[in-house]
Amino acid sequence: MSEKIRVLLAKPGLDGHDRGIKVIAAAFRDAGFEVIYTGLRQTPEQIVTAAIQEDVDAVGVSILSGAHMTLFPAILKLLRDQGGRDILLFGGGIIPDEDIVALEKMGVAKLFTPGAATTVIIEWLKQAAAARTKDDKLL
Amino acid sequence: MSDKPFWEEYEKRRRKWDSDKEKYSQGSRPRFMTVSGDDVGILYGPDGFDQSKYLDKLGFPGEFPYTRGIHHTMYRGRLWTMRQFSGMGTPAQTNQRYHLLLNGGQTGLSVAFDLPTLMGYDSDHERSRGEIGNCGVAVDTLADMETIFKGIDLAKISTSMTINAPASILLAMYIAVGEKQGVPSHGLTGTLQNDILKEYIAQKEWIFPPEPSIRLITDLMAFCADHVPKWNTISISGYHIREAGATAAQELAFTLADGFTYVEAGIKAGQDVDVFAPRLSFFFNAHQDFFEEIAKYRAARRIWARRMRDKYGAKDERSWLLRFHTQTAGCSLTAQQPENNLMRTAFEALSGVLGGTQSLHTNSMDETLALPSDKAVLLALRTQQIIMHETGVVNTIDPLAGSYFVENLTDKIEAEAEAYFDEIDRRGGVLKCIEEGYLQREIAKSAYRYQQEIERKERIIVGVNDYVTDEKIEIPLLRIDESVAREQVASLNRIRKSRDNDKVARTLADLTSCAKGDGNTMKAILDCVRVYATEGEIVDALRPVFGEYTEPPIF
Repeated sequence: MSEKIRVLLAKPGLDGHDRGIKVIAAAFRDAGFEVIYTGLRQTPEQIVTAAIQEDVDAVGVSILSGAHMTLFPAILKLLRDQGGRDILLFGGGIIPDEDIVALEKMGVAKLFTPGAATTVIIEWLKQAAAARTKDDKLL
Repeated sequence: MSDKPFWEEYEKRRRKWDSDKEKYSQGSRPRFMTVSGDDVGILYGPDGFDQSKYLDKLGFPGEFPYTRGIHHTMYRGRLWTMRQFSGMGTPAQTNQRYHLLLNGGQTGLSVAFDLPTLMGYDSDHERSRGEIGNCGVAVDTLADMETIFKGIDLAKISTSMTINAPASILLAMYIAVGEKQGVPSHGLTGTLQNDILKEYIAQKEWIFPPEPSIRLITDLMAFCADHVPKWNTISISGYHIREAGATAAQELAFTLADGFTYVEAGIKAGQDVDVFAPRLSFFFNAHQDFFEEIAKYRAARRIWARRMRDKYGAKDERSWLLRFHTQTAGCSLTAQQPENNLMRTAFEALSGVLGGTQSLHTNSMDETLALPSDKAVLLALRTQQIIMHETGVVNTIDPLAGSYFVENLTDKIEAEAEAYFDEIDRRGGVLKCIEEGYLQREIAKSAYRYQQEIERKERIIVGVNDYVTDEKIEIPLLRIDESVAREQVASLNRIRKSRDNDKVARTLADLTSCAKGDGNTMKAILDCVRVYATEGEIVDALRPVFGEYTEPPIF
């Protein structure tokens, strides 16, 4: 894939813990991705509107407040409703294993937990984005 | 040690030792550095320790500049307060947890509020969806605070409340609970975090812009001086700055710089520094680097005492004392092999104690996974009790004083903080630095560098980038189920129906006009709270006057 991966990073809900997402943003930038960071306190509606307007390949969401079972499904639904079905939704935060299983079953592409290396996340996104592009061509 | 022959001999022997050591293994690590990334020497000696400066730089415990501790007898006279930050779900669930902790030997309370409460939204607000009771307890009205403190005598317990943007409202509720229990406000003891500056810098739970926020704080300081004299009005917090990724020196420098800003605001508002300064307290992080942390606490006391006396002209000795709470570092805990967090927390707690903390929170091992379970919370409390009663560290004061290394680190971290104070001044002060994102950027840079050090394996985090296993985590997790939000909204609706809504409307209107003028907002807020106005309604009464803060997204 020759084109740069475009990724929107977002903090939904009321959570203000932004250390993780800023580290990810810096690591993605250094890995050559195009990074758009929304800043704090974005509603699912704002995140999805921005993702579609910016025509991103992926949306990365960070939630450390325990609201993940409300916010991920809301973003997922809006992406599907508003023509962003092909945008990868991934995320990270303090999320118990059983919730990860449930959310990934719903359609969240991947969830990372504390301690995940940025190199692993970058590698995953490269592969997931490449697989997605291949799917597009098949269509 | 001014005798020349000694130093000649010392220098000679040291040079020889330095060259001899080349013959031995230099170790496998590329660098030897603190958690903050500062290089550490292999051996410290008396050449870096000037005994003749002892009285000036260290002195005696309970005496200026308090490097060795703020009390004459320290832990012999009074042990630190064991204060576990706690709160979750409904007010009734939190009340239950408090009774568990108090029965377990805890000596003070520390209330964790949920995100809607921290941000000034009621539980039935759209933005509260999914967040109710999750990161702390949900509070909408005075009724919730009555439930939280049911069966707890406010005359006997001291309570710390981690609340910032809406701090006045929660303090008002606490005062009103006291009134209902028959405890006058003069008898209440405790601490409000009420540190909005570090919210803009690191923790990011704000409502109003800086200027009106500072007014709320100075109003509260003035009110407490008259009515709640034993209350610590601001807990100037480095904890969140550190958690956001700052180094030890940045934590120290930015926190003290915030402290100076509050002192200057108080003086500017016409208050006597010796009236409000004794009620300021601090809150620091206890991270993994044992000696660096101890040096940080010692340097903090010395810097604060000197500035308060020499720069701000405080005459009352109590204004010079840097009293502080410590919490072990949440960001040092790992989701992998979570039981290891017990050991991390114990070492961190020990550094806080050796650094002379006045109160302590020890994190629970399961906090990277969920809110702590009853068992995990009790283990964390027991960790403090073992340090207190079994290790012997409380017997003597500041036992690491005179350690060549610790004194060197203390001086070094003090110098690093002073360099930051100069830079912050050069940039026009803390508020200007926040506005321009300088402090936020400095912290984000440190956080990124730390992460890269881990990924390059310059740092080993046990269970994360070494000693990795793929065993399943098997510790029971506490979950906040959906019934919490339903119950909380239902109870809020009951209050809205049963209270005197005319009185509520009147007190809220009075608050708005008070905010427009220059009356004391704290008094007006107390009137609203007493008639069961909700937190969201009170914030909404202020919002049109004060406006809202938004942050430019920088990384």
